[in-house]
Amino acid sequence: MEMPVPNSAILSRKAQIVARLRMVLPADAVIDDPSETRAYECDALAAYRCPPLAAVLPASTEEVAAVLKICHDENVPVVPRGAGTSLAGGALPTADSVILGVARMNEVLETDYDNRIIRVQSGRTNLSVTGAVEEEDFFYAPDPSSQLACAIAGNIAMNSGGAHCLKYGVTTNNLLGVTMVMMDGTVVEIGGAHLDAAGYDLLGLICGSEGQLGIVTEATLRILRKPEGARPILVGYDSNEVAGQCVSDIIKAGVLPVAIEFMDRPCIRATEAFVGAGYPDCKALLIIEVEGSDAEIDSQLGVISQIARKHNPVELRESTSSEESAAIWLGRKSAFGAMGRINDYMCLDGTIPVSELPHVLRRIEELSQEYGLDVGNVFHAGDGNMHPLILFDANKPGDLETCEALGAEILKLCVEVGGCLTGEHGVGIEKRDLMKTQFNGPDMDIQMQVKDVFDPKWLLNPAKVFPLDISADRRSLAA
Amino acid sequence: MITDTMLAPTSEAELAEAIKDATSAIHIQGGGTRPIGQTSAQVVLTTARLTGIELYDPGALTLVAKAGTSVAEIEAALAAENQRLLFEPMDHRGLMGTEGTPTIGGVVAANVSGPRRIQAGACRDALLGVRFVDGQGTVLKNGGRVMKNVTGYDLVKLMAGSYGTLGVMSEMAFKVLPGIETQACVLINGLSNDAAVAAMCTALGSPFEISGAAHTPSGLDGHPVTMLRLEGFADSVTYRAKQLMTLLDGVGDMQVESDPDKVKAGWAWVRDVETFHGREGDVWRISVKPTDGPEIAGRVGGDVLFDWGGGLIWALVPSGTDLRTKLGHFRGHATLIRANVATKSAIPVFQPEPAPVAALANGLRAKFDPKGILNPGLMG
Repeated sequence: MEMPVPNSAILSRKAQIVARLRMVLPADAVIDDPSETRAYECDALAAYRCPPLAAVLPASTEEVAAVLKICHDENVPVVPRGAGTSLAGGALPTADSVILGVARMNEVLETDYDNRIIRVQSGRTNLSVTGAVEEEDFFYAPDPSSQLACAIAGNIAMNSGGAHCLKYGVTTNNLLGVTMVMMDGTVVEIGGAHLDAAGYDLLGLICGSEGQLGIVTEATLRILRKPEGARPILVGYDSNEVAGQCVSDIIKAGVLPVAIEFMDRPCIRATEAFVGAGYPDCKALLIIEVEGSDAEIDSQLGVISQIARKHNPVELRESTSSEESAAIWLGRKSAFGAMGRINDYMCLDGTIPVSELPHVLRRIEELSQEYGLDVGNVFHAGDGNMHPLILFDANKPGDLETCEALGAEILKLCVEVGGCLTGEHGVGIEKRDLMKTQFNGPDMDIQMQVKDVFDPKWLLNPAKVFPLDISADRRSLAA
Repeated sequence: MITDTMLAPTSEAELAEAIKDATSAIHIQGGGTRPIGQTSAQVVLTTARLTGIELYDPGALTLVAKAGTSVAEIEAALAAENQRLLFEPMDHRGLMGTEGTPTIGGVVAANVSGPRRIQAGACRDALLGVRFVDGQGTVLKNGGRVMKNVTGYDLVKLMAGSYGTLGVMSEMAFKVLPGIETQACVLINGLSNDAAVAAMCTALGSPFEISGAAHTPSGLDGHPVTMLRLEGFADSVTYRAKQLMTLLDGVGDMQVESDPDKVKAGWAWVRDVETFHGREGDVWRISVKPTDGPEIAGRVGGDVLFDWGGGLIWALVPSGTDLRTKLGHFRGHATLIRANVATKSAIPVFQPEPAPVAALANGLRAKFDPKGILNPGLMG
C-alpha cells in the first residue's frame, strides 16, 4: 500500500512543533520519543506501520482546539485516533503527522433517561456507554465486534455498525449531536438532544467522514430501553441458495429479527474444531434472533421455524433458555478467533443486496479456487453486509499480495452486483484505491469538495479515503 | 400542476441539460404541495415527469424510485407486498392549503418524517442512495441500494432536507420495512402538557416499543388527549397495551382503542396536523428536547400539538408573529412552515445558525451550486 512521501520540511521542524505543543498540553500528553511514538505506528490493520512525528493526548475540547490551531499554523497533518481498532488503516500515521488520540477524554457528561440520551466524551469505549446506563436497563444499540475496545470517536468516524443494525440501525441513526473541533481550532456544536437538523444535515455528513472533516470531542447518543428478552434459532441447510431464500422469506413474512447471521462450511468447521459448539456439518448455517416478552419470542420463533422448515433444513434448533441461546451464539462469536487459529486472515466488509447472496457466495468460491487461498464467510445476512475471511500465511513471501488481490476481486464483485466496498469498517487506506470501482471522477470530486469546505488545507487524515493520485494536488496545498 | 412555462424534464439527462443551459435561477419543485420557504428564482423546474419505480426488491427490503414518482404509487406498491415506508411521511396539502400530487422527491428534499420518527428514524435514516444533478449540470450519485454502506462521505444525508439548494435529486433508494398485522392506541384523557410529556417519557423509556407518542391539549371534543401507539402482531400488541397501562397506572383516565381503522385515522390526524387545517394564522414547527416541550409550548401563546413524545411542537400563531423572539433562547430549532410572503420575507424560515455552522453551510452551497441558481435564498 503506497503512502505519500513525508514532507521533509516538517520533519526538520520537529523540535519546534513539539515545543509549541508542549506549551498547550501537560508534559505527559505530548509524546515524541521514537521509542514511545512506535505505540501509535499502526491500528488493527497491522500489516502497515509508520511511527508518527509525535502523538498528543489532549484531555478536553479546549486542548484539542489548541493542538489543532498549532498544527494548522505549522501546516502539519493530523491523524485522529480513537482506540486504534480500525481494520481499514483509518488511524495509520505518516512520518510527518501528529497523532491526536482521544483516549484521555472518556467521561460521561450527562445521562438523561427521560429524554433517552447520553452525552459522552468521544474517547469513551462503545461498550462502556452501555455500561453507564445498563443499571437502568438501557443500552446503546450499535455494537461493532470490537466494542470492548473501540471508541465512540472511531465509531462516528467510520459510522460503525454491528450485528443488530437490521433493527436498530448503525451509528448515524443513533447519533444526535456532536461537539467538533475544526482543523483551524474553531469549535462547532451540531445537533443535540433534539431531533433533526435546523439546516443542512451536517451531522449525517460528519458521521462516516473518517476523521477528515473535524475531530469530534463530545457526542450525544440515543439510548434505548432493553427489550424484555431475546432468543435465537439455529437452522442448517445443505445449500447457500436455500439459506439465502430462507432469509428472504423471513423478511418478507413481516418478522423483523434483531439479527440474522450466516456462516458457511469453512467457518462452521473451524469453529467446531475450536469451541465445539455442536453445530451441524452443513453448507450454510443461520442464527436468527428475535426480541420481546417470552410469549412474543415464542410466537416470532414459531413463524420463523415454520418458514425455515419449508426449505428442508438439516437441523433446526429453537432456543428455549438462556443456556441454549448461549450455546447457539458460542460458535458465531468465536468465528473470527477460530479462523485466526488456522492462519492469518484478512477480513473484508463489502455489502450486497440480500437477493444476490447465493450468486456472490458461488463466485467467491470460484475466486478462492482461482487464487489458491481459502475463504470463510461469516456475516450479517439480514442487511447483506458480508465478511469474507481470506486465509493466508504472512510469513510466506507473496501470500499477502495474493490475498490483497483476491480481496480486491471480491470487493469488485460486491460493487458489480449493486453493493459497495465497505459496509461498516470504512475505506481508510485499505480500500482507498478501489474507490474508483464504485465512484466515477465527479462522484469522488464532489466528496473532496466537501473536505475543501471543512479542511481547506487538507491536513486532517489526508492520505485516506480518496485514491492518492486524485487527491495529490489538494494534499500538496499546505506543503 | 405542470404548466407550459415550467421546465419539466422527462429524464435525468434532460434534467442535467436544463440546469447546464439555465440562464437564470431555478425554483425547483416536485408536486408543489409543500411550499416551505421561498426563493427569488422565477423559472420553475419540476421533477414531476421523472416518474417510475426503478427497482423494488421486497426480499432485500429496498425500493428505488425516480424523484417525481408519487408517494401514493410507492405506498401502493409497498402495500401490495405487505411492506411500508418506515418514516410515515406527512401529507402537507391540508395544512398548506395546496393541491397536487406529493412526490417522493419532495419528501426527501424536505426530509419529511411523521410520528414514527421517534422509533424508526427520519426520512434521512431510511434513505440509502441518491442520484442528483448539481448546480453546474453534473450528474452525481452517492450511497447505493444496500442497507450498510460507509464507502466515502455520506452525501445522502446531506441531500435529504436540503430543499433542492445543493442539487436536484433525480432518483432515490430507500430501506423499507415489513407491514404490520395490527395497531392499537392507548389514550389518556385530561392530562396537562407537563403530565402528558412525563407519561410519554415513561412510555418511550419502556421496553414496549411505542411507535407514536403525541399529545393534544384540545382534542376533537376540546379536551386534552395523549396518544401512545403500538404496532405489530395482534397478540403482541394486546400484551404490550396491557403492560403499558399497568406501567402508567394512576396517571389518568385511560383506555385502549383497538379498532385499527380508528387508530390509523387518529395518527393521520397527528401526522398531517389536521387540527390546524383551514385555520387562519402562521404555522411553526419546533424541535426540542422532549422534556423542554411544555415550557417552550408555554412561550408560544397559541394553539399547539405535541408529537415525538413532546420533542416536536406544532404551533399556530397570529399571522406575522416573530415566534423566535417570543421563544427566546432554547436548545433546538423552529421552522416557519406556513405564512404569507410578507412574513416569510421578514422572518427567516429556517432557524438562523451560529456563525461557524452557517459558514460551513454557505461553503457547501458554493461548491454544489457555484452559480447560485438552485432555489437561491431558500436556505440562505
